[in-house]
Amino acid sequence: MNITDFLLMRHELLLTAMVLIMLLIQIFTSNDYNASYFAMALFFIITVFGFVPSEKGEIFGNMYITDSLRVLMKNILNIGVLIVLFQSGEWISKPHNEGKRYEFYLILISTLIGMNFMISAGDFLMFYLGLEIASIPLAALAAYDKYRTKSSEAGIKMILSAAFSSAVMLFGISLLYGTCGTLYFSEISPQINGNILQILAFVFFISGLAFKISLVPFHFWTPDVYEGAPTTVTSYYSVISKGAAVFIFIILLFTVFKNLISQWQPIIYLLAVLTMSVGNLFALRQQNLKRFLAFSSIAQAGFILLGIIGTEQTGMASVVYFVLIYIFSNLAAFGVVSVVSEKTSKETIEDYNGFYRTNPKLSLVLMLGLFSLAGIPPVAGFFGKFFLFSSVASAGYYWLLFIAAINATVSLYYYLLPVKAMFINKNDTPIEHIQSNPTAKTALIICVVGLLLTGFAGVLFDYITSLSFGI
Amino acid sequence: MDILSLLVIIPILTIIGIVFCQTQKQTRIIAAIGMSIQLLQSLYVVWAYLKERALGNTAEMVFTKNYIWFETWNIHYAIGIDGISAAMIALTGVVIFTGIFASWNIKDLSKEFFISLILLSMGVFGFFISLDLFTMFLFYEIAVIPMYLLIGIWGSGKKEYSAMKLTLMLMGGSALLLVGLLGIYFHSAPGGGPLTFNILEISKIDIPVNVQLFLFPFTFIGFGVLGALFPFHTWSPDGHASAPTAVSMLHAGVLMKLGGYGCLRIATFLLPDAATELSTIFIFMTGTSVIYGALGAIMQTDLKYINAYSSVSHCGLVLFAVLMLNKTAFNGAILQMLSHGLMTALFFALIGMIYGRTHTRDVYKMGGLMKILPFLSVCYVIAGLASLGLPGLSGFVAEMTIFVGAFQNESLYHRIFTILAISSIVVTAVYILRVVGLLLLGPVKNKEYLSLKDAEWHEKLTGVVLIIAIAIIGMAPLWLSDMIMDSLEPIMQKLTSIK
Repeated sequence: MNITDFLLMRHELLLTAMVLIMLLIQIFTSNDYNASYFAMALFFIITVFGFVPSEKGEIFGNMYITDSLRVLMKNILNIGVLIVLFQSGEWISKPHNEGKRYEFYLILISTLIGMNFMISAGDFLMFYLGLEIASIPLAALAAYDKYRTKSSEAGIKMILSAAFSSAVMLFGISLLYGTCGTLYFSEISPQINGNILQILAFVFFISGLAFKISLVPFHFWTPDVYEGAPTTVTSYYSVISKGAAVFIFIILLFTVFKNLISQWQPIIYLLAVLTMSVGNLFALRQQNLKRFLAFSSIAQAGFILLGIIGTEQTGMASVVYFVLIYIFSNLAAFGVVSVVSEKTSKETIEDYNGFYRTNPKLSLVLMLGLFSLAGIPPVAGFFGKFFLFSSVASAGYYWLLFIAAINATVSLYYYLLPVKAMFINKNDTPIEHIQSNPTAKTALIICVVGLLLTGFAGVLFDYITSLSFGI
Repeated sequence: MDILSLLVIIPILTIIGIVFCQTQKQTRIIAAIGMSIQLLQSLYVVWAYLKERALGNTAEMVFTKNYIWFETWNIHYAIGIDGISAAMIALTGVVIFTGIFASWNIKDLSKEFFISLILLSMGVFGFFISLDLFTMFLFYEIAVIPMYLLIGIWGSGKKEYSAMKLTLMLMGGSALLLVGLLGIYFHSAPGGGPLTFNILEISKIDIPVNVQLFLFPFTFIGFGVLGALFPFHTWSPDGHASAPTAVSMLHAGVLMKLGGYGCLRIATFLLPDAATELSTIFIFMTGTSVIYGALGAIMQTDLKYINAYSSVSHCGLVLFAVLMLNKTAFNGAILQMLSHGLMTALFFALIGMIYGRTHTRDVYKMGGLMKILPFLSVCYVIAGLASLGLPGLSGFVAEMTIFVGAFQNESLYHRIFTILAISSIVVTAVYILRVVGLLLLGPVKNKEYLSLKDAEWHEKLTGVVLIIAIAIIGMAPLWLSDMIMDSLEPIMQKLTSIK
């Protein structure tokens, strides 16, 4: 393996190196208190190194593909993971995590390696391998707070649904192999002619992937797992795991399945309407903030589908751009929820009554995050959502656009509920002033800067567009 | 720096200044200074506009600037003004300036209050200077959302309900608007070539009629919700009644004008065929707004509700005039927006001041205030007279122009609705005079009120500035009307070209 190949796969290789280094450190140290700092430092270096410009290329005989778009996707995920790592400091330093701090980072980074392989996969075998690396350790993460029943429950639910969805997807892949006689994306793509077996294969495959993105009706695991898992892990699920799945989803739809466009467009249409509406309707009644954000993230996935249905270059650009913004918005919201729940173990919306009077800064961050999710200017979410809506309109689906816009209004109602609790509601015993951990603070600052800048950065969107492709 | 962008930058600088303030006194002084500069700047814009025209600049928009923003979508930060937007900018400048002084004594979270208020006004200024649909929509949304916090935190009565209702209905309106705007955008290059959000460029092409017919309802209702179009007006009474004084002023005075302005500049200007064909349906809706609002105001006993319903009626008249599709009526619509903006701001300011003293807004619980609070009462009477259209004040000029314009339509349908709308003037007189009688005249009903003090300096300033503005429009409407008439020319050309 020469240096060019190394540069092509640097994301995966560096992450593997990081896992190995941390494994070694763990073996040779008795105290694991500094695990989080090691992880942050190493991962920060990797994130920076990820931005080194790289070539387009294939290795392992076309099983591994990389180009600027895929590198950009991985970098976006890296930024997200970096923020998650910064947020994790508070929770991981708690005494009940004593002795298993390194493992947390080992498992977390392993899943990221899997996701990177998924994104760079050039054939279904590689893709499936990446998917499994990404999903099995995720269940272990959900069950990390083993002293809490809910956390263990989340782990079980996660592993069962992951296994089930993998099985469904594998069935789809096998049918596809049956009809095409190959697993390579580039060879399958021209052979897809829309015969009934291929459509069946496609439906199974998409269902499996829809589990990962938690599209309705494959979303039932989401709220329970989100609520049960430690908040840090939940934020990892909601942005990184989902973001990676969305990236691979759009790449596959736009390359491998592009001949099935007339079949998948109505499917995506239906999924988008269902996901937005159901996610929104269920979010309306949630009291627990983590469940609330779970349903909100389902609804957001519905909005993301709007960009896919456009089937144009700008549509893909909008999706990538939106995921970046979504990472900042959701991590801002989860960051505050995580700080509060770690310090006070309060998680319901009611607990946040009068929060602004005691914690003005945290409230503002949460408000910006929620506004961005709701798509309100001047924060970035507005731009992200506007472009997704534009992609739908560009395909001429005006009624879908209308349904989406109405859904955005409905979502505004529940995004305003925590804002109302924090700013308007009175409370005799509000959450007292919280002094948050410096790394958690850094994470929130990164999110806020991201929220305020990414929206106005027209250059960034143009750059993403230049890398994207349509059908 | 160009003079239009300053209108957005001054509020931002003021907000940054306020962030560093420590006490309530500092905050309000910074806010007052910032908004005074803003008022001068907006008056300067009008002056510069008139000078530019006098020098013979006949461009459709002047002071235009155009910077590319999102190249992919061809989104520009494109700004420029004509006579209509210049007038609206001056109105906004006056109302936000007086709004700061009307909320001089706000105690609770005063920093946040002024920041939200100024942010709101920034959105409005940005909206009026924009020539790009995207930028316009962005500023529109910026103007709407601070409302939620402003009403929710500093409001009174059932504020949480009102705040939520108002925000959701306006955002629902903007959802409709989004469909309309994107529809226009994706049909802005029928012959191929780059799509554009630029209003001036879109106005040069003809969008296919069947597309227009689909998009017009979305656009018109989307803006109409903000302009209190029946049956989407229900946020307005609750919202205005619960909002704190300055917010009611700004909302009724300026924010509702975004609706009328948008209906004229976007819906009618860019979709003229559909406007002509569908106007009958919408005339029915706006005509209902006019009459329903006026009748609603008669039945109310809460001062703010009375004026909120009266706003529904008056803003309905704006939309009504826009749908009449002729130059005189358009002119009347703009004049009515200016007149109503000033007058209603004065009303809500006075109601706030009276409420601050008597702690009730029920007209039956008060009486004889003329003897106790002579300054406020006289201002109230002037506002009332302007509202019912007394010659010499702004209301008369505006309504007269609208009705003359409306009557120029020869169809029976239009005439019937015009006559019905004219009848609202009588109803207006009823509810205005009824309030004046109950509130200001007669015996003092509550002896405790005898010790009340009349207006303080900042309250007087608010009242006087607004009254001067009302009187200027009322007594010297011609220069204003000329300024508007010139700018209506492109819209009229577009309309006549299709007939």
